[in-house]
Amino acid sequence: MFPVNFEISKTHLLSRKKQTLVAMLGVTFGIAMFILMISFMQGVNRFLENTLLQATPDIHIYNDIKTDYSQSIAGDYYKNGELTIVRHPKPKQITPNIKNAEQIITDLQKNTDVAVVSPHISTQVFYNYGPVQINGLIDGVDIMQEARLFGIANKMVTGKIENIRTTNDGIIMGQGLADKLNVKMGDMISLATPMGTSMRFRIVGTFQIGIGTIDNLKSYVNTVSVQQLLGKDRNYITDINIKLKDIKNAKPFAAVFQKKYNYKSEDWETSNASIMSTFIIRNILTYVVSITLLVVAGFGIYNIMSMTINSKMKDIAILKAQGFASKDIIQIFLSQSLIIGILGALSGMAIGFGLSLLLSYVPFPKTDFASMKYLPIIFELKYYLGAVFFGIITTFIAGVMPSIKASKVDPVVILRG
Amino acid sequence: MKEILRIEKLNKIFHEPEDFQVLKDISFSINKGEFVTITGKSGCGKSTLLYLLSTLDTEYDGKIFINDTLITGSSQNELARFRNKSIGFVFQFHFLLPEFTALQNVMIPALRLGKYNEKEIKDRAYEKLKQMGMETFAEKLSSKLSGGQQQRVAIARALINEPALIMADEPTGNLDTANTQNVFDIFKELTSVNGQTIIAVSHDEDFARNSGRIIHMVDGQIETN
Repeated sequence: MFPVNFEISKTHLLSRKKQTLVAMLGVTFGIAMFILMISFMQGVNRFLENTLLQATPDIHIYNDIKTDYSQSIAGDYYKNGELTIVRHPKPKQITPNIKNAEQIITDLQKNTDVAVVSPHISTQVFYNYGPVQINGLIDGVDIMQEARLFGIANKMVTGKIENIRTTNDGIIMGQGLADKLNVKMGDMISLATPMGTSMRFRIVGTFQIGIGTIDNLKSYVNTVSVQQLLGKDRNYITDINIKLKDIKNAKPFAAVFQKKYNYKSEDWETSNASIMSTFIIRNILTYVVSITLLVVAGFGIYNIMSMTINSKMKDIAILKAQGFASKDIIQIFLSQSLIIGILGALSGMAIGFGLSLLLSYVPFPKTDFASMKYLPIIFELKYYLGAVFFGIITTFIAGVMPSIKASKVDPVVILRG
Repeated sequence: MKEILRIEKLNKIFHEPEDFQVLKDISFSINKGEFVTITGKSGCGKSTLLYLLSTLDTEYDGKIFINDTLITGSSQNELARFRNKSIGFVFQFHFLLPEFTALQNVMIPALRLGKYNEKEIKDRAYEKLKQMGMETFAEKLSSKLSGGQQQRVAIARALINEPALIMADEPTGNLDTANTQNVFDIFKELTSVNGQTIIAVSHDEDFARNSGRIIHMVDGQIETN
């Protein structure tokens, strides 16, 4: 590029400072909002993902109860080709356990990609505390394995997880649940199963993960306690939770395990499909709004460049007469829009960073999401670079069309008046 | 005398608003150092002819040779480079770039040519302005100058690259008598001392009479007498 072309474009920009500034601010605003939105939305996504992973195993193996009873034993009895109609078939008895759990667990522990295997016995219970009766869940676990899975040791509000191993009737309860029942450490509580059996436990700790549906519903006890409560033997296991060494392998491994063990095997993304879909919606929203902002800024530049060029027809003609070629004219005007774009993008980056920083100090009201003190914002260089890249591309496109138009001006028509 | 410009059978037709032949089979040649004035009534095609000669208008039939080189059919980029180096323009309306100072306006074509460094160009531009008696206005924005002053700056600009050809469309159209005489004297000096060639279109009969040669046009043809 000839320095003189740049000199001319600089003079043009400086001679109408206000217009230049307005065009620049359009880009600045677009980029700043782009950065702010993406940092915030991605922050929310990451926060939710982390919270989810505190409550969802990478892979969950369980006995998925089938409700398809189209295959009826009745056909075996009436083989003569007579019509057999069975209305409302129902299973007589279902045991939702994993039958060869012991083998599966041993096999999984040998797998080098698996970090933690934690067998569970889950069942619904009623928590009785005097006249109060609350529906909830109870998980019979090896608490040390469970702690390695979800890091529950750090989420204890009162007590220690080890307490559960030293007592036979210890229970660790969600803080929300404990509040509802108005119980605290040391209190006794009675649990009743839907089958009618009941047992008494002593509260040896409370935890708070930060997800209401867990903190308000769930308790942990020893595996044996639940087996006793349900009147089952020591091999009775309903769920196997797995933590992998690399969470990215969850989906393929889930499929492998399902095939290998012949039980329903679900990765964390599938288990939280509804929440994962909100991630996608949030991402789409972020990009749509951000790109709209940039496109609007682009139209602003297009407008201002078109106006500039219309008012500079004479100048273009005179430059062409003096030997400036079409490509020089394109350079003069395109460089103007690129300068606007680059300055706007850089200042937008700074303002976007500033706004993100401010937002990251906005406190979040204390709710069930107790682990969130401030709005979640993430600062990642790639979003800033991406925003600048898109900003400059937008201004380039917005500048190209008016510049080409300028280069096609016929000087004779203008100069003859 | 060495021939600098030759045209052969130039024809030009305007299509808007309706077909109209402005130039009809025009042929002539101009020698180096000549001071030629093209005269004629309004609408006779003299300005059109000037714009063809200046290579700005490329839609015509016929051939234009400058320095024995066929210019007709060259690409727009080649023509732009050629104009930058070899043709200086003075227009009826002064056409300075309004955001730039008088000095910058004069410097721009030289900066584009890039033959000298910026410092030398500045000195030369200042020299040209001085020649036009405009040195005191060098740092003024061109939009702040009067019409006559702008015209003199425009002439300084046309001279900055020391072009072989200077094309002028009514160069004295907006000047008072004193300035007209001044411009005429400068043109005379350019042709006689520097050996530059001037082709001007003018209504001014005195101006035409005093120039070296008159090409009089009537209805798109050269009137021979």
